[in-house]
Order: sequence, then structure tokens, then C-alpha cells
Amino acid sequence: MFRYYLGLGLHSLRRNPALTVLMVVLIGAGVASSMITFAALRALTADPLPQKSAQLFGPQIDNWGPANRSEDGEPPRALSYNDALALLNAHKALRQTAIYQMTLSLVPSDAKRAPFTVKGYAATEAMFAMFDVTFIDGGGWGAEDDAKGGSSVVLSRRLSQKLFGGVNSLGRSVSLGGHDYRVAGVMGDWNPQPRFYAEGSINIVSDVGDPPDFFVPFVTAVNFQLNDSWGESCVSDYKGVGWNDLLRSECVWISFWVQLPTLADVQQYKFFLDGYAAEQGRIGRFQWAPNNRLRSLLQWLDYVHAVPEETRISFLLAIGLQLVCLVNTVGLLLAKFMRRRGEIGVRRALGASRRAIYVQFLIEAGMVGVAGGLLGLLLTALGVFGMGSFFDARVARLVHIDVSLLGLTLLTSIVATVIAALYPTWRAAQVQPAWQLKSN
Amino acid sequence: MQLRPILSSLRHHKLTAFLLILQTAFTCAIVINALPMIAYRIERTSTPSGVDEDCLSLAYVSGIQKNVNQQAQHATDLDALRRIPGVESVAVIGSGMPFKGGENSYGICPSASAMQEAMSAQSFDKTDCQHPDVYNGSPGFLQVMGLHLVQGSDFAEGDYSTGDVPTAILTRSLAAKLYPGESALGKTMFQGKTQIRVIGIIDDVLRPMLRDAGQDHLVMLWPQLPDDTGSTYLLRSAPGDRERILNEAYQRTFAAVRHKYFQRDVTMISLLIASGLGLLFVTALGITGLANFWVQQRRRTIGIRRAIGATRGNILRYFQAENFLIVSFGIVLGILLAFALNLTLMNFYELPRLPLYYLPMGAVMLWLLGQLAVLGPALRAAAVPPVVATRSV
Repeated sequence: MFRYYLGLGLHSLRRNPALTVLMVVLIGAGVASSMITFAALRALTADPLPQKSAQLFGPQIDNWGPANRSEDGEPPRALSYNDALALLNAHKALRQTAIYQMTLSLVPSDAKRAPFTVKGYAATEAMFAMFDVTFIDGGGWGAEDDAKGGSSVVLSRRLSQKLFGGVNSLGRSVSLGGHDYRVAGVMGDWNPQPRFYAEGSINIVSDVGDPPDFFVPFVTAVNFQLNDSWGESCVSDYKGVGWNDLLRSECVWISFWVQLPTLADVQQYKFFLDGYAAEQGRIGRFQWAPNNRLRSLLQWLDYVHAVPEETRISFLLAIGLQLVCLVNTVGLLLAKFMRRRGEIGVRRALGASRRAIYVQFLIEAGMVGVAGGLLGLLLTALGVFGMGSFFDARVARLVHIDVSLLGLTLLTSIVATVIAALYPTWRAAQVQPAWQLKSN
Repeated sequence: MQLRPILSSLRHHKLTAFLLILQTAFTCAIVINALPMIAYRIERTSTPSGVDEDCLSLAYVSGIQKNVNQQAQHATDLDALRRIPGVESVAVIGSGMPFKGGENSYGICPSASAMQEAMSAQSFDKTDCQHPDVYNGSPGFLQVMGLHLVQGSDFAEGDYSTGDVPTAILTRSLAAKLYPGESALGKTMFQGKTQIRVIGIIDDVLRPMLRDAGQDHLVMLWPQLPDDTGSTYLLRSAPGDRERILNEAYQRTFAAVRHKYFQRDVTMISLLIASGLGLLFVTALGITGLANFWVQQRRRTIGIRRAIGATRGNILRYFQAENFLIVSFGIVLGILLAFALNLTLMNFYELPRLPLYYLPMGAVMLWLLGQLAVLGPALRAAAVPPVVATRSV
């Protein structure tokens, strides 16, 4: 029976090719537009560390007070050096790390090669375990370097390749920002997106895509006075000059992350933060009530608007477009089915049940859906490959086609078409055979 | 043209008519909401910066070593850059520049009393003090940037230092904000414990990052020599020479800086325009498709009307009027939807309330689209010969 209905459907679709093509194009274009934007949204809202994100939290401490608070009353997004150091030394979480980003000049040992700039971070050893950094060679720099500020560096695979051809880079020396470091490890393809872990990295589109070039120990970076000249933000009347003033100041520039495995740990840490702020109040540093935050990684991403606004809006627009395409399809299917009242009447009079009519017309609609879906697949693939010319090329690089996207495209178009066909089919099944046979 | 026969015929096709209305309404609502977004972003991307963009290029040098004598390094670099043929002038500039992004702002007060007030309130809000961005550079940076002095004078060579500054030049907007109704020239401003004298006023120049319209040009210039490890050199040359000079200095034009700053806006504009056109196209296809179907279905009726005296024009106008009616219903519904959509979006994004003049724009667009889409089917209807009436199907 199914094959018979397929035949009937095909026959009917062929009888009016323009209308059929129109419906297929509408469904294909509608589905493709929402799938392309969905792929972009999915890529950008993806959990950067799915296996860990629930345990990672970013504490914020209000060291600026009401006078310098933003309108929404939120504390600064990063910590001052004093607070970061205090939290590091408190060891109140399972693991904790302080991170800040920097751009340094790298001078290759081969004097014939020109120096170039690299982007990386200062962090403590715990970061590698917290963020599940993978290594292809060596590992972190160990507790000693963390405590004493040893000159170790962890390189990205790409930088190691560039400097040493990727072989035997462990233990070799790298000249970064005027200091020599020993390579302690080479990272694998570790590159969670977006780069949630350091303030200032997250909303910079140029940081999407490439992994960081290097990590150096936090204490070492502070000792060597490594910083980005624009990285810190200060209260408006800050007049300090130079590095030591900066360390003593309330300027914020350090991102902090803690790993808290259980809910009880989270509660305890909140308690600890409030206690810390209250203590700072007692010694006269804060003249206001504690105003701390402890956001989980995903809450943090939401808070800093890690997903570009245009991605969401374009997804909404695409949904709107698909809706209009769908309404359009309902109209066209209705027109198409109602023209065949006579045929339906004859089939009903010859003994076809209502159910048979339902099945026949839904199959016909399903065929349109499959064709629309195939066109949608093609358009989606074209759209994703061509995304570089539309979105920022680096964002586009995150977006990819996989089986689930293709499956979803096909499924959406078939389901959408069948939903669009429900009412027209119901109307078709309501046709009274007697009326149709009487006239003409 | 009488509407009654059209209405009564539409009553027989309630659902199809309703679907057309719904579709028009959706399109109308989305297009009306998209138009102001497009207009806003186009306006944003074409904001004039106030510097001579066509003539400027930038060269970045990142220092390898700390603690070298930056000023001596700058002198050497400036000298080398000036020697490139075609370079008219060069200056080192500080971290602030239009479209650079970020912030380099300082709190400044027009008088000692305002400073007191701000200090005691622990806030600059509701005082006469302002938070302008600071642009600084090496001697001559005003000329390199192409800033126009409208009052007062430029900094003297001796004013430049790496420390606190005794003098400043303000933009017109900042001068008007700090000293409303009087001339800012010669006034003394207060920044913490430092006093700064205003020696000149320039035409408006944009801040490193765009904000609200009233805040975009609050900039003051300081005769402060940049002293960071990395340096930014601003080069001025004839527009045609820029490519060649860049090849020698390995850097990029100001136009590229501008392009990068607005890249996301440009993406958004093209997305909005593409999806808006897509929507209009789909709607037009739908209208044409259904109108064609209606014409086919009513061939016999049309034939009868023609046979009893209706002209081709009558038939043509009948379908045009029918379309006008349907689209009008759609527009009314669409305007309501547009407001609802606008309110919803306002909850999630920083969007302004929908300006009313976009409503007639959207309406006219859809009316035109509807008429265009129905023209083909209506012409086909008008071409139905009267003899159809006499044939049985």
C-alpha cells in the first residue's frame, strides 16, 4: 500500500511541477537558514569544558565599593593582585588558580629569524589539572616553580613546532619578553572555546580559534613584571606609577578560578569569601558590606555575554523566516489538496477509508519534506562552508558540520512539512464523496 | 471598485486568506523590527572619527626588553620612519585613539568646589565633573592626527614630559560640558590634586570606543610622552602612498583599524538585510503561488463575468484590490506583532523602543510587494477569454 501511495504522490507532484518546486524550495531555504544559524549558535554556546564546567567557579570580590560600582551593582570582573594572592594562599578550594593574559616578544635563538609576538597567560600549576590541559610532551612546571617563581614555560604544540620543529623541545630554552625560560611541557590540542579563563580574552573575537601560545608561572610573571599595558582597570582617581604601585593598588586585572566538587564546597567557599571581605572591612580596606559573587563557569559565560549578540539575533531571524516558509507551505498544500476534491471523492466512493486518505496525503507531504530536506542539506553545507565571508572568519572556524546537524536538518524539514500538511490533510479527509460525485 | 464582492468571495476561502494574512503579518513584524536595527548600525559604522583617516597608518613596535630608555628609542624610530619617502609626519601616540577600543579615561572637574563635591560623594555622578578619554603623544601629534585647533594654541615643545601635565586641549563637546555657557580657554581644571590649564579647543574627535551619542566626543589631549614598553607610531602620508609605506613599515592603515572595529556591525547589517530580503522574497512567492491557484480555480467565474460585460481592466483590478485588502489586514496584524516583538526583544537586548515612522515604511514595502507579486496572476486572470463561460468543465 505504501508503494502505491508513493506512486500516487509522485504522480500528483509531477502534475504541477512549479508548485512542487516552490514548496521544496521554501522548505529547503527555511530549514537551511535556521540550521546554519543554529550551527553557529551551537558552536558558540557550547560548554567549553563539559566534563568539568559544573565544578569550576569564578569568585568576584567588590574592592571598589559603591562609588565605583557599575550601574547593576556588580563587583569588578577580575581581582586585584592583593585579593588574588590572598585567595591563592588561603587554599580553601580543592584547586585554585590565578590567571592573566599577556602578549610578549619571542626572540628565536637562531639570530637570523625575526622576533615575533606571542599571546599567552600567567597561571599557577593547578590550572593544568583544573582545566584538563592535555600534554603531548612533559607536563606542568611543578610546585617548586610555582612557589619560587622558576623560569619554566609550557608551549602550545604550534609554537613548539615553530621553534623546534616539534622534536625534543623539553628542557630547551626560550627567550620570552627578555627572559629565558625552560620548556617544561608541550600542550596537546587543548583549546576550550570560548577562552573563558581570563578576563579580557573572552569578548575579543581574535582570541576565538587559536589555542594560547604559552603558559608561564604566575609568580615568575609577577617577578618579571610581565603585563599587557591595557590589561588592568583601575578606579578613576588611580594615580599610581609603575609595577609596585600596581601590585599595591585596587586595580583589577587577574582572573581567578576555583574547583569546588560538591554543593557543600560551594557554600563553604561563599562563606569564606564573605568572611574575607568582612575581614578587609575590619582592617579598614573596604568601607562597605561584602558584595561578592561566585559564578559557575556557565553562569559566568552568560554574565559576560560570551555569545555575540548577532549570533542570537540571526538565529531568531532564521526561526522567523522558517515560520513564514511554513505558513506558506500550509497555504500551498491546502490549495493543492483541495483541488483534488473530485479525486478524493472517487477514492472514498470506491471504498477508501478516511484513514487511507490521511495516509495518502501525509505520504505525499512527506515526500515534499524529504526533497526539501535534501535541498536544505545542500544549502546548509554551502552556508557553513561559506560562513567565513559572513561571520568573522575565526568564529566561522568553530562552526562545523557533523552527522547530528545533518540528521537534524533532514528531521526538521520532514517534521515541519508533515505538521504543515496536517490541516490540509484533515480538510481533504473531510471531503464528502456524495457531493463530489454529484456535481459535474 | 466595490469591496463587497471581494469580501464575500474571500469568505469562501477563509483559511487560505487567513494564511496569507498571517504570513504578511509575520513578514511585516520582522521587517519593521529589522529596519531600525539596520539603520542604527549603518549610522554607527559611518560615524566620522574626527581624524584624517585617509592619510593615516599605524606601526606597532613591541619592546623586547624592559628598562631601556624609551625616549631615546622613540627618537631613533621616529627618525627612521620619517626617512621613508612619502611620509609627511610621524608621532608616537599613547594608548588612546579612535576605534582602538578600550578606555583610557580620567576623572576631571571644572572647579575646586566640584572636585570637593565629587570627593565627598565618592562619585562623579550628579556633579559637574566628567570622565573624558585622554589622547597623548609626542610633539606634533595633533598635526599628525589632523585635529583642527579652533581656539587657543597647540602645546609648546617644552610642555611635553612623561609625568603629570600642566596643560591640556579639550574637544568642543568636552569644553561645553565642563564650562557650559562660557569659554573654557584659560580655565583651570582639577584632576585629583593636580591642576591642569586649558590652552586650546579642537573640533570633536571620537573616543576609542563608541558609547551614547552625548558621550562620544569627550576627549582631552595631554602633552604627555608615551613611555610604555611597546610603542604605536602614527604615520601621515598622501592616501596613495600608504600601501607602499606600509610595506616598508610593516603595518596597517587607519581604514583597516576602522574596519576591524566595526566588523561585527557589518556582519550584522548583512545578516539583517539578507534575512529581510529572504523573508520578502518568500512572502512574494507565497502570494504569487496562492493567487495563481485562485485564478485557476475561478477561471469559469471570470469567464462569466467577462461574458456579461466586465472588461479586462475590471478583472485585473479585482485581483489587485483583493490582494490590497489581504495585505492590509496583514499589515494591521503585523504592526501589532511588531510591537509585541519589539517589547520582547527589549527585555533581552539593549534595544530602543520602535520609532513610529518605521511603521508606514514597512506598510508601504509590503503593499508594493503584494501588488508586484499578484501582478502576474492578475494579468493571467484578465487574459481569460469570455468563451470559457460557455464551456462545461
